[in-house]
Amino acid sequence: MHPALQGILTIAVGVFGCVGYFYLSNLVLDKVIFPARGPNIGRNLNRANLVRPWLFLLPAILALGLYLAYPVFETLRLSFIDRDAGGAFVGLENYGQMFSEPKFWEALRNNLFWLLIVPAASTAFGLVGAQLTDRIAWGNIAKSLIFMPMAISFVGAGVIWKLVYETRPVEIEQIGVLNAIYLALGGTEPQVWLTIPILNSFFLMMVLIWIQTGFAMVILSAALRGIPEETVEAAIIDGAGPFQIFFKIKVPQIMTTIVVVWTTITLVVLKVFDIVFAMTNGQWETQVLANYMFDKLFRANDWGVGSASAMIIMLLVTPILVWNVRNARREMR
Amino acid sequence: MDDGIAGSKPALTWAVHISVALLVALWLFPTVGLFVSSFRTADQIATTGWWKALSQQERQNPAIRISGEEGPEASLFVIEGNLFEGEAEIRAWGTSSRRPEEFAPGETAELSDGRTLTVQVNGGYRFTAPESQDGKRLPRVFTTASSPPEFTLSNYDVVLGKDVVKRLIAFVVAAMIFGYVIRLLTRRQGERFASVASVTGGGALMVLFILLFGLSAGTVEGAQTTDSMASAFFSTLTVTIPATVIPILIAAFAAYALAWMDFPGRALLIAAVVALLVVPLQLALIPLLKLHLQIGIGKGYLGVWLAHTGFGLPLAIYLLRNYMVGLPRDIIENARVDGATDFQIFVRIILPLSFPALASFAIFQFLWTWNDLLVARVFLIGATGDTNVMTNAIVELLGTRGGNWEILATAAFVSIAVPLAVFFAMQKYLVRGLLAGSVK
Repeated sequence: MHPALQGILTIAVGVFGCVGYFYLSNLVLDKVIFPARGPNIGRNLNRANLVRPWLFLLPAILALGLYLAYPVFETLRLSFIDRDAGGAFVGLENYGQMFSEPKFWEALRNNLFWLLIVPAASTAFGLVGAQLTDRIAWGNIAKSLIFMPMAISFVGAGVIWKLVYETRPVEIEQIGVLNAIYLALGGTEPQVWLTIPILNSFFLMMVLIWIQTGFAMVILSAALRGIPEETVEAAIIDGAGPFQIFFKIKVPQIMTTIVVVWTTITLVVLKVFDIVFAMTNGQWETQVLANYMFDKLFRANDWGVGSASAMIIMLLVTPILVWNVRNARREMR
Repeated sequence: MDDGIAGSKPALTWAVHISVALLVALWLFPTVGLFVSSFRTADQIATTGWWKALSQQERQNPAIRISGEEGPEASLFVIEGNLFEGEAEIRAWGTSSRRPEEFAPGETAELSDGRTLTVQVNGGYRFTAPESQDGKRLPRVFTTASSPPEFTLSNYDVVLGKDVVKRLIAFVVAAMIFGYVIRLLTRRQGERFASVASVTGGGALMVLFILLFGLSAGTVEGAQTTDSMASAFFSTLTVTIPATVIPILIAAFAAYALAWMDFPGRALLIAAVVALLVVPLQLALIPLLKLHLQIGIGKGYLGVWLAHTGFGLPLAIYLLRNYMVGLPRDIIENARVDGATDFQIFVRIILPLSFPALASFAIFQFLWTWNDLLVARVFLIGATGDTNVMTNAIVELLGTRGGNWEILATAAFVSIAVPLAVFFAMQKYLVRGLLAGSVK
């Protein structure tokens, strides 16, 4: 069957299936199992209302359970067994093997660099962008242009920035902006930027900062607008300058939003895969955990170590997970 | 209040304007580079930076070895031809790499063994030799050429198929005019009817044109990318649309239950959704691939649709629930009092009122599935290679044609054009969704 046809069919089956499921299950509940008539009408209504939420939730719970909750435990289990030896329990052997690989430590080190730099830089640029664009007439256009990279895929962004970092032999003209600027500023030889260890990781981070700044800016700009005017006015009367107002009045008031933005970008960073995969594929010491895991899975075909490295990513995410859940529970009260 | 301060210090206002302009320029620069490059010829991309695309292209060409049929003429063997295929203007030329600008156009160079070579301004050359050069190496010509800037759609012809862009533009323009006419004709029936009619009419005309004339006039000779990119485009579309539509429905029902129905365990479920929101999908890869292989789905569209649905649900439920909780309680309770069932309340009241939240999730999910590489690589792209999404096609191009910037830039631009269009058209909803998701 032609894939497009299959796609339309799937939409039809999916949509009608969903609607049909919800409609029919409600119908059966109301008319057949607990009909709203006869002697027990009150009890039946109550019972139907007890069951109904679960009818509404069932497909979502099934999908969430199967596609997100179960894999967490299955991956944990897989990280303790040896697939080649028929699934024998090997304890921490996979982890041991992973810890003995220099590539893993390189990936972990790079991930920590990413974690330190990308959220900080994106949030800082975003904050500056938000504060500046809020004060001018064409701020919304500027915002939308800075926000635009958000719509671009990591792979597309990879190509865009590879053109920036492009290197040509010294005799001919440079077509990458970075080398052109470097030579114009007095560099003698064009550099192959993506092959210079340590520095190249920063060039990759630049791509993610470029993408995430718009996100930070949009959210922080909304938060800045939510600041009560009286606080700023009071500061002006007290003789505060623009910088003092920004750092001492505004920033403290939007601190919670800054933390939310920071953690959201941190989550993106922990899972960053496409950029590294498309631009260097982990060569020249640019490996990161997600790409290391992909390597183990599909190139080395080693599911044990692959699962173990996935668990490391999970471990790094867990503090944010706990923090988010606690916040959500507090808000609901 | 800020403007008060800024107004009293014009210098500060200017500083703000200038720094925003700089920031925007810096952020746009890389994308513009890709966009401009996709319209330049391979030659010009390779010899000058894209920021010089509009200026006269002066460059040292790599050496070209003359070639051609020998024609006997009097006592000489003569080869004539042109060094370039397109238009060019030579400023200087030479026959050795040490002195590439030795001769002016029109001058005749005396080479060894009585051979001579003349190169004209337009690249035309005449080579003469006293004896046949058969089997001998002909001289190389170094040229410094200056050619006018050149822009072309041919890269798109190579990547997408011949004339696709031209036809698409023609069809879209025709559809827009047609839609506008319909709008004028049906305006009396009311604004809503008119807009629906014009969009449907325009869309129908476009589909009709595509069916009648086709999108492509065939492939460009020798272009291997054509097939793969065009079919990858449709594969991406096939992955994206069901993966966007299906989770919305499932999530909407669940979000309603979590927002407006009272039952034991609700708080726990909401906490679970928040927790699953941050679970890295890396964890899901191995177990689910194993599962798909076991139950016979294998690698294919069905698997990737299911995976995207599962991975998109937490955000969908979270966004929609946050939105639905904020809907006015009165409406829902009045409807309950009037005897509406939960199902009716949901379909008639909640769903239409939640349109902004549904739209913002739809955009997120669309962007995410369109731009995804990892899920497609794991759950869709099999060993046979008959299905490929655009992101993966680009990664493959990076590997095989890393230096062919005209192909790479065009392919990448084709893949980012659709999300960019969605982004600019629906930005309002995207921003709303972001704010609902992260600012409380």
